[in-house]
Amino acid sequence: MATPIIDLDAITKTYRMGEVDVRALRGVTLSVAEGEFLAIMGASGSGKSTLMNLIGCLDRPTTGSYRLAGDEVSRLGRDELAAVRNRTLGFVFQSFNLLSRTSALENVELPLVYSGLPARERHARAREALGRVGLGDRVHHHPNQLSGGQQQRVAIARAIVSRPHILLADEPTGALDSRTSVEVMALLQELGREGLTVVLVTHEHDVAEFASRLVVLKDGLVTSDERRVARVARPAPAAEEAVP
Amino acid sequence: MNLLETLRVAARALRRNKMRSFLTTLGIVIGILAVIAMVAIGEGAKKKVEDAFASMGSDLLIVLPGTTTRGGAFGGFGSMPTLTWEDLKAIRAEVPSVRYAAASLRATSQILSEDQNWTTSVTGTTPEFFDIRSWPIGSGALFTPSDVDSGTKVVVLGKTVADKLFGAGIDPVGLTVRIKNNPFQVVGVLAPKGQSPMGQDYDDAVFVPQSTFQAKIQGGLQKYLSGAIMVSAQPGQTTRAERQVSELLRDRHRVPVGADDDFSIRNLTDIAGAQQQGVSTITTLLAVIAMVSLVVGGIGIMNIMLVSVTERTREIGIRMAVGARPRDILAQFLVEALTLSIAGGAIGVVFGVGLAKLLGSRMGWPVLIRPDIIVISVVFSAVIGIAFGIYPARKASQLDPIEALRFE
Repeated sequence: MATPIIDLDAITKTYRMGEVDVRALRGVTLSVAEGEFLAIMGASGSGKSTLMNLIGCLDRPTTGSYRLAGDEVSRLGRDELAAVRNRTLGFVFQSFNLLSRTSALENVELPLVYSGLPARERHARAREALGRVGLGDRVHHHPNQLSGGQQQRVAIARAIVSRPHILLADEPTGALDSRTSVEVMALLQELGREGLTVVLVTHEHDVAEFASRLVVLKDGLVTSDERRVARVARPAPAAEEAVP
Repeated sequence: MNLLETLRVAARALRRNKMRSFLTTLGIVIGILAVIAMVAIGEGAKKKVEDAFASMGSDLLIVLPGTTTRGGAFGGFGSMPTLTWEDLKAIRAEVPSVRYAAASLRATSQILSEDQNWTTSVTGTTPEFFDIRSWPIGSGALFTPSDVDSGTKVVVLGKTVADKLFGAGIDPVGLTVRIKNNPFQVVGVLAPKGQSPMGQDYDDAVFVPQSTFQAKIQGGLQKYLSGAIMVSAQPGQTTRAERQVSELLRDRHRVPVGADDDFSIRNLTDIAGAQQQGVSTITTLLAVIAMVSLVVGGIGIMNIMLVSVTERTREIGIRMAVGARPRDILAQFLVEALTLSIAGGAIGVVFGVGLAKLLGSRMGWPVLIRPDIIVISVVFSAVIGIAFGIYPARKASQLDPIEALRFE
């Protein structure tokens, strides 16, 4: 196997909650190769959100090493972590997390604003990313003018616009109906086929089935890690939903 | 994130809460408006005092004779003649820092024209007097040194006197007036000079050659100069002239070392300075009170920025997740605070200048709008924006992205 894009070694994370220490992760070792489509499952409190935050460079581990695309990132400062999030990672959240009263185009441009790209190039790349998720005709719509599925696709466009190595999706279908969920998963699978590494956190087995590798966490430890054949997401023919 | 982008984001955020932004800005507007208007009024008053003193003559010293002492009671300056005509000549000839010196002998007398009369101050002096007082002639001419030498009965009228005796609009040059039953030919009328700092009308006076004054109006001791000596120093050398004149007179009067002067010198620059000091103190006081309202405005900005940071916690989280560094968030909120305060400052300047002008024209107050105060006000409002914006902005930049993203 080539150098893994994500290489976690004996990662622990301990939170201090008042008087007691909570050990959210108790030694997770995991490596993900470039282009893998990985699902992380676990009950609430299993540490999957903590793991997601660590992989996403939103937080630093208490102990252990995290090499991202070959670079040790577990001891980086806030500014460097911001730069890593900006260039190497893309996030998709359950609640979309789009800026309200801001057009789809500007939402998608946001990461590029922080990487200091000139406006002209930003617009071009944001349009391209929106086209890629099938929303080329909705660039000037605001989030409240878009359906849930469309909003999540804007969020995916935002996650891929900076051409990251990894896309992190935290319950991306949690707020969507089943048909729209399939559409979103189909889009993520498509991106995966194009070489993007996708890490998906979910508690739904239906959704996890679309991944080619399933990691299960329990009480801060990896309890199973298996590769299997992913179910291919096939959106229903009447995929294009109406704008409410 | 570059500055232009930051500005755009700030402008958009502020436009979203138009009313709130407006009310927040209002605090600064009122503060700056008050500072500008107060300082304009203060500076106007100062300028008025300054002009009044300038009209008395620049670099002016007045040398007065000494006092009589009778059984321990001082008679006041001028009660004993100690200045001599020789002293005047010596001051003119021997003190290099003195530009002009002239005697000023004064009496109050009734003056009659053909059909009017007026009681006013009559001064006997030499033509230098008008240079010392920087007082130009309005029509006709001044009397000449030869008039002084020969004691010609000529008179130069102040504008008020000319108007009282002959009526406004009539040029009395060449006509005759009578002072103490002596006919004097009017040779000139002085340009109007206005009021003294104490409100006295300078133009209510007439001037005759000193020799004529002594011969016809008020006799005096021939050796002594029974009035004051007006001295104009070389520009900027008033203090030195004061010292040199004092040394010369002590020497001439043989005042022993350690004894009091037998004359006194009034330095008008000092008096003017003291008056201006008083006005400046009031101006400063007013400005400080106005600045207190600016600080209150600043607290308003801080308050609203703190609310804004809380409201937009999730937005901050999103921005951080996609790669905003703490300093980008800091800059964003700081620029918002700055935009509020500078906009407030600019509006405050416009209304402040307007208010000052309105007070100037409606109330007749002297106002002076100094451009540097405008610049200082805008800079100060920017400083307020930074000072009160930094805390909320820091708070925003120090947010934990995970917590921020979870914020409802």
